[in-house]
Amino acid sequence: MAEDLAGSITERDDFIVTKGKNKKQLKCDTDSSAGCVSQRACVYCGARVVLNPITDAIHLVHGPIGCATYTWDIRGSLSSGAELYRNSFSTDLKEQDIIFGGAKKLAAAIDGLVNKYQAKLVFVYSTCIVGVIGDDLEAICNAASRRHNIEVIPVESSGFIGNKSAGYRAAGDALLRLIKPSAPAVIEKNNSINYLGDFNLAGEAWIIQNYLRQMGVELNVTFTGDSHYTALKSAPKAKLNIIQCAGSMIYLAGKMEELYQIPYIQISFLGIEDTATSLRNIAAALGEESMIVKAEELIAKETARVEDIIKGYRTKLEGKKAAIFVGGGFKAISLIKQFREIGIDVVMIGTQTGRKEEYEIMNELVDDGTVILDDANPAELEKFMMEKGANLLVGGVKERPLAYKLGIAFIDHNHDRKHPLSGFEGAINFAEEVYSTVCSPVWKSLNALGMKSGVANHG
Amino acid sequence: MAEKNKENVPFRNVNENPCNMCMPMGGILALKGIEQSMVIVHGSQGCSTYMRRHIAEHFNEPVDVGSSSLNEKGTIYGGEKNLRQALDNIRKVYHPALIGIVTTCLAETIGEDIERITGQYLIDKEMEEFPIVTASTPGYGGSHFEGYFFTLKRILMQLTEAVEKNNKINIIIPNISPADIREIKRMLALMQIEYVLYPDFSDTLDRPFAKPYTKMSNGGTKITDIRSMGGAVATIQMGITIEDGISPGKYLEEEFGIPLYNIAIPMGVESTDAFINTLVEITGKNVPESIKQERGRLLDGMIDSHKYNFQGRSVIFGEPEMVYAVTKICVENGVFPAVVATGSQIGKFNQLVTAAVAECVEQSKILIETDFSHILAASKEGKVNIGIGPSDGRYLTEKGDIPLVRLGFPIHDRVGGQRLLSVGYTGTMMLLDRITNTLLENKYKSYRSSMYEKFYQQG
Repeated sequence: MAEDLAGSITERDDFIVTKGKNKKQLKCDTDSSAGCVSQRACVYCGARVVLNPITDAIHLVHGPIGCATYTWDIRGSLSSGAELYRNSFSTDLKEQDIIFGGAKKLAAAIDGLVNKYQAKLVFVYSTCIVGVIGDDLEAICNAASRRHNIEVIPVESSGFIGNKSAGYRAAGDALLRLIKPSAPAVIEKNNSINYLGDFNLAGEAWIIQNYLRQMGVELNVTFTGDSHYTALKSAPKAKLNIIQCAGSMIYLAGKMEELYQIPYIQISFLGIEDTATSLRNIAAALGEESMIVKAEELIAKETARVEDIIKGYRTKLEGKKAAIFVGGGFKAISLIKQFREIGIDVVMIGTQTGRKEEYEIMNELVDDGTVILDDANPAELEKFMMEKGANLLVGGVKERPLAYKLGIAFIDHNHDRKHPLSGFEGAINFAEEVYSTVCSPVWKSLNALGMKSGVANHG
Repeated sequence: MAEKNKENVPFRNVNENPCNMCMPMGGILALKGIEQSMVIVHGSQGCSTYMRRHIAEHFNEPVDVGSSSLNEKGTIYGGEKNLRQALDNIRKVYHPALIGIVTTCLAETIGEDIERITGQYLIDKEMEEFPIVTASTPGYGGSHFEGYFFTLKRILMQLTEAVEKNNKINIIIPNISPADIREIKRMLALMQIEYVLYPDFSDTLDRPFAKPYTKMSNGGTKITDIRSMGGAVATIQMGITIEDGISPGKYLEEEFGIPLYNIAIPMGVESTDAFINTLVEITGKNVPESIKQERGRLLDGMIDSHKYNFQGRSVIFGEPEMVYAVTKICVENGVFPAVVATGSQIGKFNQLVTAAVAECVEQSKILIETDFSHILAASKEGKVNIGIGPSDGRYLTEKGDIPLVRLGFPIHDRVGGQRLLSVGYTGTMMLLDRITNTLLENKYKSYRSSMYEKFYQQG
């Protein structure tokens, strides 16, 4: 062969740093390189995961069937009411639609679905080919909106226009459009807060809602876990926005501050430390003495309840090493602290779509020698987990089999999980999950002596 | 009578909960069965990631697939640069012996000529002997079922040569489980038959745990074997439903004059007999006693279970080839196939299934190019009490209270999809037991309460 193929992919060099070793700035928030086997999905995916938890909306994918198939009911987002969001609707574009355009089909699809399900809200997601064949989504949606006197909102999520972060932005734009008051009247403010960036996986938003209720804080609406049309419409009335998943929501929060004068604070409910800090910060931001008192009561009560349980796990887990590769930066940051709570050090950490500010915080939190990497691929995950001697990996569905094949424990921090990881409740679940995988007896079998060789083999 | 969604107003313009995946998915699965191969999906990043996730969750195996990560620039000016970079990087990290390139909606819509691009790439790199196989698989061009067979045909078109006659039989298989593939190989070994099984993902997608981990897995159909398929005695293709245009067996027949035996997947007595008899017919070999015993045990088990099975009214859904095979098993055992459905658009399907169910007392409902909302409606109408198909059928359980026997691809909510054995006499028995026991479990679950309600309370 004519060229040297040894070594790693050079265009990935800037996306990987080792703390303490090199001073260079980690590169992030840019397109994935071709052939690098990125773990990221696309713009459409980003938009869909953010909007899909809106329970009473019709989520219609304008495109070929695959985009709808691979995203049907994939999030474990729970609903206290409507179930419409758990369907995956598609215009199922075929060859003739690509040639002649899919506009008529889309309009008819919206009509059919609205008549059948009587929804007040439709999201129409654009996919790669729609961006190329040039169907005028805006015009089609506007016309349908007038025809049915409901909201039909286009989501500009053609897969090739950027990475997953661009999808978060597209979802943000769709949400801004939804919450915009119809008349330019003065918005009547109330004392409630909006909670941004919780998708109610395994009821996590409900856990937080209960905490807030105990503190006397009124939750206006969650973006977007267990949310619905009417509740979302009231979003501009809130006094404060709290953001958890900043990667997907910081754009929306900034816009809401600009348009509706709602200030925001960043919080995280992953782990005891961050949960307690977040509850305190919310009470402080709202400034009511009774809330501050009640927050402290809640924190004291819950911490006492979970601390002993966590300590029990800590004795079993002390000294183990963790590798982290998750979607967003906030999760990664909280996980560093959460692992510390159970005596585990982080030796490798990365995200699909973390932002510069988030990587800076990670860099501050981790020990020297920890590898920090953006948009990693399986080869890199394998390399650094082995080099650093990681005992466990935190990741999503695609990373799980890699960890297992390497004989490494695994924590599911994905959208499909069926157990909450938020709040004090989640902290227990997290420790228990780490224990269940790190201390499982199956690893012993890997080191079993194995089978003896027969005499014939020695002949 | 077969019904297409089209005739089933008012939803002809929309697919509600898809019962099929897209073409490149099939292409990836086919290529995963070739030794030391890597796949690049030419399109935006999301396609490859979604499909990797879908495959990884079913097989519980690391599934590394490259992407040309087309962005806005590539979409406007062409994706050649991206594809070449992807080829470079995939070769650097994985050192594959073959690279398969499948396309997507986006690549096809912007008119990418991948044969020209890859041809030029090989010339520029002075490696014209290196096998790069290409398959044009736009998502809107068909389902994963067609993508699978079309890609198999494309590989043959690009690799297989007119060679001297050999003694081997080509065995072309559809998307069955690794356990099924191993069972077919076991039967062939018992019959002392020389063969090339194509494609063979029994090891590549179901790897034994072994240290150290290697990025490329062992196994798969050997490239040299694929090259020599043009010299085989005969081809047995388990693809009775596939159209000639995408049939790899048909291609071998037309191009190299190799007799084609197109048979159903060997599931059930009749279809497994057909497989064995075809082998006997081609080779003149005797059937060993052990296989005869397996057949006898199957018959024995069928008698044991026949009255329970007679209570069954099934909905069978998924890929056409698997659906057809399961329909035959149901009919053989007195389980009435009330609804027989596929999301693919296959012309022969209606005729074949109609013939298979001809002797049933009631008329089956056959659905082609359908979705789960139609399957559910037909199942309710047909008073179905058991579903057989991939795990997306959990929708039928949730909405229609129909217990599900998981079979085929994908199975995401249970472990062991790759280990499900359902072919041959022994596999048929195992599948039939799963069906019978599901019927029994469901009957016993409500037996006491339903009898009480039916008779005691009325009295």
